[in-house]
Amino acid sequence: MNYWPLIGIAVVIVGFALKRNPVLVVIAAGVASGLAAGMGIGDLLALLGNAFVNNRSLLLFVLTLPVIGLLERCGLREQAKAWIVGFRNLSLARLLIAYLAGRQVLAMLGLYELGGHAQTVRPLLAPMSEAAAAKDVALDADSRMRVRALAASTDNIGRFFGEDVFLAFGGVLLIQGFYERNGIHLEPFAIAMWSIPTAISAFIIHAVRIVVAQRGLRATTPHSGKPAQRTAP
Amino acid sequence: MTLRVEYAYWLIGAWLAVCAFYNLRERRWTTAALWAIVACAFLFGDLIKQATAAKTSWPAQAMGIGVIVLGVLAGLRDKPLASVLHEAWDATARLGNKLFLPALAIPIVTLILVLLAPYLVFNGVPLLDKANATLVALAIACIIALIAALLTTRAAPTQAFAEGRRLLDTLGCVALLPMVLATLGGVFAATGVGDAVAAIVGALIPVDNRIACLVAFALGMVLFTMIMGNAFAAFPVMMAGIGLPLLVHKHGAAPAVLGSLGMLTGYCGTLLTPMAANFNIVPAVLLELRDQYAVIRAQWPTALALLVVNVILMAVLIFR
Repeated sequence: MNYWPLIGIAVVIVGFALKRNPVLVVIAAGVASGLAAGMGIGDLLALLGNAFVNNRSLLLFVLTLPVIGLLERCGLREQAKAWIVGFRNLSLARLLIAYLAGRQVLAMLGLYELGGHAQTVRPLLAPMSEAAAAKDVALDADSRMRVRALAASTDNIGRFFGEDVFLAFGGVLLIQGFYERNGIHLEPFAIAMWSIPTAISAFIIHAVRIVVAQRGLRATTPHSGKPAQRTAP
Repeated sequence: MTLRVEYAYWLIGAWLAVCAFYNLRERRWTTAALWAIVACAFLFGDLIKQATAAKTSWPAQAMGIGVIVLGVLAGLRDKPLASVLHEAWDATARLGNKLFLPALAIPIVTLILVLLAPYLVFNGVPLLDKANATLVALAIACIIALIAALLTTRAAPTQAFAEGRRLLDTLGCVALLPMVLATLGGVFAATGVGDAVAAIVGALIPVDNRIACLVAFALGMVLFTMIMGNAFAAFPVMMAGIGLPLLVHKHGAAPAVLGSLGMLTGYCGTLLTPMAANFNIVPAVLLELRDQYAVIRAQWPTALALLVVNVILMAVLIFR
């Protein structure tokens, strides 16, 4: 067993710890592992090139940027905030828990590309969360950051712990393919259904954390006094 | 005619070339070169894959040189974006809730197209690429949403491109991180990093104790997912190292439950690592958070609690 390729992991850890540019660190790690494994320069370059091209689909989100950029310039985020303020009883916790549930259910149906940080979190969910939170606390810069990060984490958790319940999801097919190659035949359904207990647990745990985070905001941030101003139109 | 996912890739390539051109015009040379190289991966990706399949390796090698140049360029500083952006125009009229329609068109059109895909077959030829229906649908939805946005806001297409490019350059090379990390995953798999990790984990645990094996498998999934930034990369490694030989064959674990919960245990690791850049680092930049690890900080308690739940679920469900 050649343990030298592990040097790539060391490069990543040291590079991230020293806060070097992450793209540079990651490519350096790939080159280091390749050389440590005794690959020739030609093979290593071809490996890098092919792997890069094979993962093109990860950049698909850039196609959403012209739409989102244009709408934001025309006030999409402000409009999202204004819309949420119109719902008197919609608190931060209710908004995020509803989003979590919706994201999980849609991901279970295979619609995990529907949400996402570029498509829905930045233009819609983050400003809506800020507006919902600002109804009962006066947000300062710190708490604003916390609310945004919570919105992003809710999108991740909703997606991750919904998509594996979908039968045709790549993850389910990967598991099935692995067993098939090793002589164990399983139906995708038999694999996907065992994701349901974790999906339910994820919903409960994160919903509780959202409620706790809202309480934390209320405890550490002064009251906004917004309801008093509501008499004015 | 089938709309293949390659058409979406060409569209991205063209869009990245436009972004490179904007930067070139503003003499932001580093960023211009960065997007130009990435544009090549999209415009010529098909040809590179065909050449590799035909055992011609120079196009892939040229792309490999491009990837290394990307790393060098990413480490260089460029003229600040703020110095070249003009706050030239503002929305004149208040558009109100009409603004939501184009934004929601992206998910809704994607949804409709994915659901209709099995019926959109003309003369036996499917309209959407079967293997990549969601990706093709998303690309079409982006085009339709862009047209809707232009009609709603009465903006010129060049304004949409300028705004989209502003967002892309705000992200900068962070936008590339998911692709570059997945590339590293490919290199790690090809150079045997996974086998080495599995060998070390295998040497450390008492193999006769099924709970010890299970905990080692779960922690290995989390750890390896954190290193690779991707549970899909960790799964075959940990399954081949511990899951299949020790848990399934030696201790009689139920394979379906082990596979499913093992993958989800890896997902707990995805929530914890900056290596999963598209989920954890890209949003921190997109949402203009001051701390690039703020999203991880917001989700680690959920991840750890869920990890414990998963291990308990596995202990109860797989040995029956």
